[in-house]
Order: sequence, then structure tokens, then C-alpha cells
Amino acid sequence: MADDFEPEIIVFACHYCAYAAADLAGSMRLQYPSTIRMIKLPCTGKLEVIHLLRALEAGADGVYAAGCLEGECHYLKGNLWARKRVEHVKRLLPEVGLEPERVEMYNMSSAQGPEFARVATEFTERIKALGPNPLRRHGVSPHAAAREAARDVALPDEAPAGAAAPAPAAEAPAQAPTEKGPAA
Amino acid sequence: MITAERKPFDEILELVDGHKKILVAGCDTCVAICLTGGEKEAEILASELRMKAQADGREVEVEHTAAIRQCEWEYLDMIAAKVDEADVVLSMACGIGIQSMAEKFAPKLVVPAVNTNMLGMPQEHAVWLERCGACGECVIGETAGICPVVRCSKSLMNGPCGGSHDGKCEVTTPEKEDIDCAWHLIWERLKAQGREELMHKIRPPKDWSKSSSGGPRKMVKEEAKPV
Amino acid sequence: MTDDGYKAGSNLEKVLAAGKFAVTGECGPPKSADGSVIEKKAQMLKGYVDAVNITDNQTAVVRVSSMASGVQVQQNGVEAIMQMTCRDRNRLAMQADILGASVLGIKNVLCLTGDHMSFGNHPEAKGVHDLDAINLIKMYKDIRDEKKFQCGEEMSVAPALYIGCAENPFADPFEFRALRLQKKIAAGADFMQTQCIFNVPKFKEWMKEVRALGLHQEIKILAGITPLKGVGAAKYMKNFVPGIDVPQEIVDRMASVEKGPPAQAEGKKLAVEMIKELAEVEGVAGVHIMAVEWEEAVPEIVETAGLLPRPAVA
Repeated sequence: MADDFEPEIIVFACHYCAYAAADLAGSMRLQYPSTIRMIKLPCTGKLEVIHLLRALEAGADGVYAAGCLEGECHYLKGNLWARKRVEHVKRLLPEVGLEPERVEMYNMSSAQGPEFARVATEFTERIKALGPNPLRRHGVSPHAAAREAARDVALPDEAPAGAAAPAPAAEAPAQAPTEKGPAA
Repeated sequence: MITAERKPFDEILELVDGHKKILVAGCDTCVAICLTGGEKEAEILASELRMKAQADGREVEVEHTAAIRQCEWEYLDMIAAKVDEADVVLSMACGIGIQSMAEKFAPKLVVPAVNTNMLGMPQEHAVWLERCGACGECVIGETAGICPVVRCSKSLMNGPCGGSHDGKCEVTTPEKEDIDCAWHLIWERLKAQGREELMHKIRPPKDWSKSSSGGPRKMVKEEAKPV
Repeated sequence: MTDDGYKAGSNLEKVLAAGKFAVTGECGPPKSADGSVIEKKAQMLKGYVDAVNITDNQTAVVRVSSMASGVQVQQNGVEAIMQMTCRDRNRLAMQADILGASVLGIKNVLCLTGDHMSFGNHPEAKGVHDLDAINLIKMYKDIRDEKKFQCGEEMSVAPALYIGCAENPFADPFEFRALRLQKKIAAGADFMQTQCIFNVPKFKEWMKEVRALGLHQEIKILAGITPLKGVGAAKYMKNFVPGIDVPQEIVDRMASVEKGPPAQAEGKKLAVEMIKELAEVEGVAGVHIMAVEWEEAVPEIVETAGLLPRPAVA
């Protein structure tokens, strides 16, 4: 694959831990790939299988859920449910010809800024090695699609302090794919 | 409830092969409760079908919908318009719902996305066990509330057989989990109920003509038929 | 009832009725249309057993049918005990087959539930199980004694049958075993063969309880034995065959002997010892030797156990 492949990665992060860790990573000026797109959830327990699928259907090269450390979920077991759903999607992906490694579940505490950065880097490297999602299409935004799919549960975006902010302007013309499937 | 499991993806692809407009129709009663074919699962399958089509370079339009209950025609009216637009309806309902759709919308092609498997009871969340054989002549009043037709691997009326040991059936499931010997369970519960004498009773051969062995069955409630 | 007061007048029945210690064997038909296999087995057992079981698609593996092989065995001078399983036939076929068997001269029938299809080579088959073994025993009893089909219709000539069943003294809690035996007796079973015994003390315990209920006087009990070819067979039976109790001493004993002919000799010796011990147990009316694929061991075992000559009852 081309060396200039910049994966588009969607991250579903929980408000209490992972998103806070992202914030911390930003404040600590830690380097991590700027191509990850965050979607904040009150808890990864709110993540549904369809959110992950819609993101990939729209061409996301990789998607991961980042929640609290196991045993420390603010809502007790939300992160455990998220892991189960991620595992389920891993089983579905080969059916449609995608690698199960394109989805993942990670756990971290709000104090683990470095861990957030490490995970983001590691996952991005993994996706780079896998190559672009064959379902990527021009004019379709995976982030918008993921946001649309999770609209009932996602919390508003707030740029984590210090990190590169997503570029809203670039997003505007792209649309979430409709149910009609790929355009000609 | 009636439980079903989604068919292998390859089999589903074969069933809709060659069709451009697919409607994945879920049912929000039994198959939704057993987490196989409700609206949620219909949406997931629709997404998968689009992804696969795109990966293969095929053009398809896949929509999803769900009926409250696919086996009742009044509810199907609510999704009739979507059915009409589709080349093929991929139904995630149980066999009853699929056939109901096929009949109501005939000759529209309606194909099954699931294998209906049993009349099952959720033993715990996400685990269903077969409980009823729909045999048409229920004997569980005498077998301590345990169905010997479908919980005994050999449908014995006078069990257990010689393969029962340690309370388990000689048959193991593909999941390699032990099946409880139904007659062992019946014996234990009859004892607990103080009705051991029922174990001594020689139960006569079952009248299988009341089951589906006797031909497809029909039930009519004259008192309720519209005037 | 035959003219001379027997239920069927089979050799097995007569030997047991005369109070002699009976010996039955077992033959597995071949998995092919090779008629010579059963002939050879019959020749081997002739004179050493009072009757021989012919298994019926045992462990759900398809073989020549029990009735066909049973007829062959009788043509070769050995009395057959036909087996009938509920797994493979509905009540129509089971009645038709018993009439046919009777017409062809078979008198003994063993009524079994049948091992589940999943054990055999056709796991996708539909198990019939129209009746269970107890229904089957009763159905055959009523055919013989009432001259009636299961539906109640009468027949002019009823088969003469000596009806058997199987029991496993080790599989269940005792309260089950006695109950099941009682039910089979109530349904009409005349004789019973047990699953193979290795744990003689445990079997004796079971017989004590059977005797306490007087069951040994209501049914003829034949104790099952399987001679072991070697320690491999002992271990296999212990670990892989459900419901069989093989004490560790037996495994150790077989392991202590060199494989091959020495082990086989030890296996036969052990079988003879067990037969002699079982013959002393009150209520045991005979022995059922299941020398699976080792029928050639039977003559030596029977002779060494002092069971020759087999009684010739009028």
C-alpha cells in the first residue's frame, strides 16, 4: 500500500475515562496520530454493533472503543458489554471480507494520558499495515456516518485540550451514506 | 418463545443473489426477544449486505424494516409499501412469519434469513433451551412439568433409558455441553412433590397422530370467528 | 403359551425354566452383504451357548438386520435372540417384523430403546422412537398372550415369544434401577441381560436389593461379561463407554501382563473367574458373554468355566 496512506480511524471514547485520558494526553503534549476521530459516549456500554458497522461501511479504516479499566467502569459493566460487542463485530467482519483487526476494544483510566497516546499510535500502525478499507469512497465521511449512527447516544464534540482539533470545514460537503448503498 | 438463529452469511448471499433491491424484514416479537431478527438485527444484516456488495463490486440497494409481528397480516399492512419496492424480501422472522409474508405478498419472493429452531425458554439471558415439542397432547401434568417428548432425546414415555448416568443424557450437543436426563429430572421432581407412584405407571404409547406426524394441524375457534 | 406350558418353548426358555445356568453369547452382523460372516460366527459358538444375541444396528451403526442374521444363525444350528430397537422402527414395523421373525422360526426377542443416532455413522437420520422399550415389551406380550395387535385388533395365529430386556446395574441411582426393572417385569419381560460387569462387588450389592424386592423370582437375570483382550480394551471401556464401571484393579491387572497372547489369556482367565463368581450369586440365572469381535474366545471361556456340556432340554 502507499506510504502516504493516512488511515481514518474512529474512536468511541467514554466520558469518564478514555476521553479524559485523551484530554490529558493533549495537555501533556504527547504525540499521537491526528487522524483519529473521537466520538464521546457517556459510557462505552452505549456502543452498539451497528455503530461499529456503519463506521466501517462508510469507509473507516479502523474503529475502536476506549473505555474504563475493567472493574472500574463508572457504570459498572458498560465496558464489559462494549468488549462483547466488539468481539461480536470481529466475528462478523470476515463475512463481509474485512479483517477482524480493524475493530478493537481498549481500556484505560482517566489518568493514563500516555496509554491513550500509545493505543492511538499502536492501532494506527496496525491499520497502516492492513491497508485502506476497500469500502472507502470519495465523498463519504466515516466520522459523519458513525456520528449519525450513534446520534441517540453520542455526546457533543469538544476538542480535547491541546490536541489537533478536527477540521470541521473539510467535513461539511461529505455526507453520511444512505441506505441505498454505494452510488454508481 | 419461538427461537431462531441467523443463517450462515454465505447461505443468505446465495438466497438474495442476483437481486438488486433487498428488503431485510425483521420481526419485533419472538425473534427480537431471542436477539436474532428484530429491527436491530435487521439493520445489522442490511449493513453487512451493503458492505459485502460493495466489496464485491455489486450494486444493490438494501433497506431494512421490521413488523411488530410478521405472522399477523394486519401488521404486515404497515410495511407493505416497502415490500412492494423490493425485488426480494429477506425475512428474519420465524418460519411462521416468513411464510405469512410469502403468502400475503405472493408472488413476491420472500426468503428466510434465519433457521427457526425451537420452542425455547430463556434459562438465563442469552441462553435458550428447548422446552416444548408441540405434540398436541401434553403429558407434563404427570411428568412433574417436564416435557418427555422434547427434553428426552428419545421421547421416552417411560424413561430413563440405559444411557442415563449421573443425571445426564448419553447424547451431547455440538457445543459439547451435557444434556440433563429429562427422566432423571422428572424423577427428582416427582419425589419432591411426593408423587413417586407416577414413575411406576406404565405410560402407554403416545398418540403421534395429534402431532405434526398426523399432518399439518389447524385450530379454529368458532365462538370467535367474525359474524 | 405353547402346548407344553412354555411361553415360546425356545431353547433359552427351557434351559432357564429347568433351573440350569444359562449361557448366551452375542454376535455382531457385518457391515456388508457378506453372508459368510454370520455363518462363521455361528459355527464358532455352536454347542457353547444356549442362544446368541444378534445386535440390531448397534451404536447406531448400520449392519445386516438382526432378523436376517438371526435366521442365518438358526439355519446354522444356533438359537437366535433377535434384538429390536425403538430407534429404527415404528409400531407398524415392529409388529410386522416380529410376525415375520416368528414365521421364520425366531422365538427370543430382546426389546431395547437403542443408542442415539448421534453415536453412529448416520447421525443425520431421524430417530423413530414411536414407542419406548417398555411400550415395546408390553406390545409384544399382548401380541403373544392376548393375540392382539397394539391397536386392539385380533390375530388368528400369534407368535410364540420369549421376551427379553436389558438393564445396567451401574448407570443410575439404585432407586431408578429397581424401578426400571420392576416396570419392565410389569410390562411383560421374561428375561433380562445386564450390561457387562467388571465390578463384581457392586453388582452383588445390586443383586441384594433386587432380591429384597423378589424381582429375581419374577424374571430370569443373566449377568453380562465382556472378556478383555488387553489393557487397551480395559481402559477404553473405563473411560469412553458410558455407564460401565471398570475398577482400577482390573485395569492394573491387565496392564501387568505382556500385550498380545499373554494379555488375551489373562483376559480369558479373568472372564472365567468372574463367571464362576457370578454363578454363585443367588438370583443370577445365567451369564451373557459379549465377546465383541472376539467370538473365538467364547468356546475356551465356556469350557474353562466348567459350563460344558450345554444342557439339552426336551
